[in-house]
Amino acid sequence: MRITCPYCGERDRREFYYRGAAVDLDRPAPDAGGEAWDDFVYQRENPAGPIRELWFHEGGCGAWIVVTRNTVTHEMIDVQLASEVKA
Amino acid sequence: MGKLIANTPCDGLLPLTVGSVTLSEEDVGAIHSISPLNGKQKALSEALKAAHGMAYPSANRATGKAGDRAIWFGPSHVMLMGPAPDVTLFGNAAIVDQSDAWTVVRVNGAEVEDVLARVVPVDLRLSQFKRGHTARTLLFHMTASITRVGENAFQIMVFRSMAETLVHDLKRAMEGVAARG
Repeated sequence: MRITCPYCGERDRREFYYRGAAVDLDRPAPDAGGEAWDDFVYQRENPAGPIRELWFHEGGCGAWIVVTRNTVTHEMIDVQLASEVKA
Repeated sequence: MGKLIANTPCDGLLPLTVGSVTLSEEDVGAIHSISPLNGKQKALSEALKAAHGMAYPSANRATGKAGDRAIWFGPSHVMLMGPAPDVTLFGNAAIVDQSDAWTVVRVNGAEVEDVLARVVPVDLRLSQFKRGHTARTLLFHMTASITRVGENAFQIMVFRSMAETLVHDLKRAMEGVAARG
């Protein structure tokens, strides 16, 4: 598996640390209520198909990136800098 | 307090030659991390040019020459190696002295690309990775900064605490290549 870092180009998966589903970019407001926070902390999709995830280029430039990949075909669909997705 | 004697990170470990490849420690002078303040990258690059004779390097590139080098280290992160940063840089960047934090070695020789191919998951052949190119990547299990500084020469930086591991891993790779004859 290879991931294309927006800065460094295509790199081996072993350079990256896996964070999980990209929910961290949509953190609920502190007063959003128990249900929203329960969703944010515990509820995860487990799709057979495209999924958005956060990865960290730990063994590289240190960028946080949002990777969209297909869990069935292993296709890498899209990579963006988390700082730009959030901005 | 008694007189303290400063040791370099690879004191007692280098230089080392196996086959055609030599590994030696580099004394690069001061090392400062430079991070441009918001919107100040252009001004910083101008100040770098005026004071130290090199531009702010773009991603995966190094500017300057031995003794006066700026190496791209990540998003908004450059290492100035050699001179102490000029005061004209201060208003444009966050600057931290990291001189004692890094092990800096030079590895050179005819088969240097074969040696690094054993421990680095990035294509470092001359056709892909020319002089002035740099990469943040792994060297075996360590994060490293690797810069081509000559036709058969690379500069490698790892954390100071990893000096012994770096020498061990490179020595094993050098021996492996040399053993193939």
